[in-house]
Amino acid sequence: MTGAPDTSYDNILEIKNLQTSFFTKDLEVKAVDGVSFSIPKGKVLGVVGESGSGKSITSLSILRLIEEPGKVKGGEILFKGENLLNKSEAQMRKIRGNEISMIFQEPMTSLNPTFTVGQQIGESFRIHQGLSKKEAKKKSVDMLKLVGIPSPEKRVDQYPFELSGGMRQRVMIAIALACNPDLLIADEPTTALDVTIQAQILDLMKDLQKKLDMGILLITHDLGVVAETCDYVAVMYCGKVVEFTDKKTLFTEPKHPYTVGLMESIPQYDQDVEGDLAVIKGSVPSPADMPKGCRFAPRCPFATDLCRNKLPDLETDEDGNQIRCWIYSDEWDGDPEVNVYERSESTS
Amino acid sequence: MSDQKVLLKVNELKQYFPIKGGIFGRTVNHVKAVDDVSFEIFEGETLSIVGESGCGKSTTGRAILRLDEPTAGEVEFDNTNILELDKKEMNKFRKDMQIIFQDPYASINPRHTVRQILTEAMEIQNAVPKKERNDRVKELMDTVGLGPHQADRYPHEFSGGQRQRIGIARALSVNPRLIIADEAVSALDVSIQAQVINLLKKLQREFKLTYLFISHDLGVVRHISDRIIVMYLGKIVEIADKNSLFTNNMHPYTKALLSAIPSTDVEKKKERIMLKGDVPSPIDPPEGCRFHTRCPFATDLCRTKVPELRNTEGMKDGHRAACHHMEAIRSGEHQAQVHA
Repeated sequence: MTGAPDTSYDNILEIKNLQTSFFTKDLEVKAVDGVSFSIPKGKVLGVVGESGSGKSITSLSILRLIEEPGKVKGGEILFKGENLLNKSEAQMRKIRGNEISMIFQEPMTSLNPTFTVGQQIGESFRIHQGLSKKEAKKKSVDMLKLVGIPSPEKRVDQYPFELSGGMRQRVMIAIALACNPDLLIADEPTTALDVTIQAQILDLMKDLQKKLDMGILLITHDLGVVAETCDYVAVMYCGKVVEFTDKKTLFTEPKHPYTVGLMESIPQYDQDVEGDLAVIKGSVPSPADMPKGCRFAPRCPFATDLCRNKLPDLETDEDGNQIRCWIYSDEWDGDPEVNVYERSESTS
Repeated sequence: MSDQKVLLKVNELKQYFPIKGGIFGRTVNHVKAVDDVSFEIFEGETLSIVGESGCGKSTTGRAILRLDEPTAGEVEFDNTNILELDKKEMNKFRKDMQIIFQDPYASINPRHTVRQILTEAMEIQNAVPKKERNDRVKELMDTVGLGPHQADRYPHEFSGGQRQRIGIARALSVNPRLIIADEAVSALDVSIQAQVINLLKKLQREFKLTYLFISHDLGVVRHISDRIIVMYLGKIVEIADKNSLFTNNMHPYTKALLSAIPSTDVEKKKERIMLKGDVPSPIDPPEGCRFHTRCPFATDLCRTKVPELRNTEGMKDGHRAACHHMEAIRSGEHQAQVHA
């Protein structure tokens, strides 16, 4: 950790107009196309979206883990007020795993099968805090205890294959939290787990987040997980944020037709749906063939010529909620009484 | 229920996979993936099997189709025990029973065009005369919402949702009566998932199909099923019509499973039953009730005696659960044990 805490910033992370592209011989794929959001200190931001929405690329960009042929083309990533894009690789290495940590989806593939659990947790103590092997192991046992693994003294010398999926994910969390990071990036941390185990892990993350007062960027496609863990939510579609609100607003008054469509298309275990599920027609456009106007226009039941031709900006309303949709602007040329909750069609 | 015709009857089905070990490669133990499972599927209904990884739901589906030869038990399809049939006779029955797999990327041959994929089963089963096969391909593609002009494309030219539609069209190609859908929508994005679920429901209405729907997603299951089976470690813990399962569930595992699902209702705080630990290994499943190691209500009785699937007062006909204490739990007489 770096000396006295710098309190000159309100947001632990602030992303401004981030652009990450992948280049092929004759094509630029804009995976992240002008994304902006911020995470206040000690809060949890959920980023939701379907495959290809750019949510994982956003998180990899933050840690500067984008590899060729990809490139962060522009924007700012302010972590504690400092732009990570201006850091040298050596400086980044000091930040990764120390001040910003990451948990990946697959606990199976993100742990090294040839090292014991203790060695893998201890690695960050040794690198970032210069502890000896013995001290690192002792602290690893403490970490395993913290994430609720029974008989940690025994587990610390075991290899990943000796643990169940839920336990492996706990080990991943232990590694990520070893150095008390200020920001944790969790990319689909529970997607590969069963629901009863997912409930345990989410509980653990919430608990530790409060204890350690860290910010979390939680990337998920599961709106239920968002509802249970996050303070704020950014909905992404085709590399852009389409809606950014606090959690309660998102679930009680979603505004963007994509958000509304997404919520209506998920069958809930606690309510019956009469007849067919509402669907969002069509599928996500190919990144090589992005619509000219609003990215969602080809699938949106309310789209007008304005939507098809001109990309709306992300506008902030008086409550600080953000929305990228023409319906909520003065320029809207469609039905002024349009109700995004009333879906006109249901096709299968 | 009683006036409905039973299409498939599974009786005391067991599927043990041997574990080889030692220098002579002898069988040292068994993974008891499915252990004594019995149920019926009525014609035209959707029966779902839910449960966590390793509970035996997929193994049950595969055993019914004899994709893995079951260790013991009976599977009666339309009153014939298909486990006694030889390979040739069995092949005739395969026309009536088709399967849709989870991963649309892995379950269709990347070197075949859609036309080849769809006609293969017709050829083998001789279900459609040669001359009519091309028309049938067009018709199938249209049925599942693909354009007939895409028939000569390869799987890589399609998106995940479209590929799953190809998998569905292939299953339909021989006019089956029963379709086993093994996590058929789990790999799809939610907006695409809804499209495929609606398609499956439409096909069921049109072709009077019977579904055995295997899934871990209780939201999807609630939407699509008529009846639901909950499995845990190779055994059925509860079987009920959809309504009873979601509103009048009796087994502590069913309750815990439902309470573990994250809810999108941000205004309602829900009571969560947090289960401790992981699912035990199916190699040496716990004695007595298999759930007792994680059950907050477990007593000595649960640790020694295997509970029967049974119906009791206040449960609808056909609703059965396997718990020694379900009456006492419901009346509040038997409280959760507080663990140290």
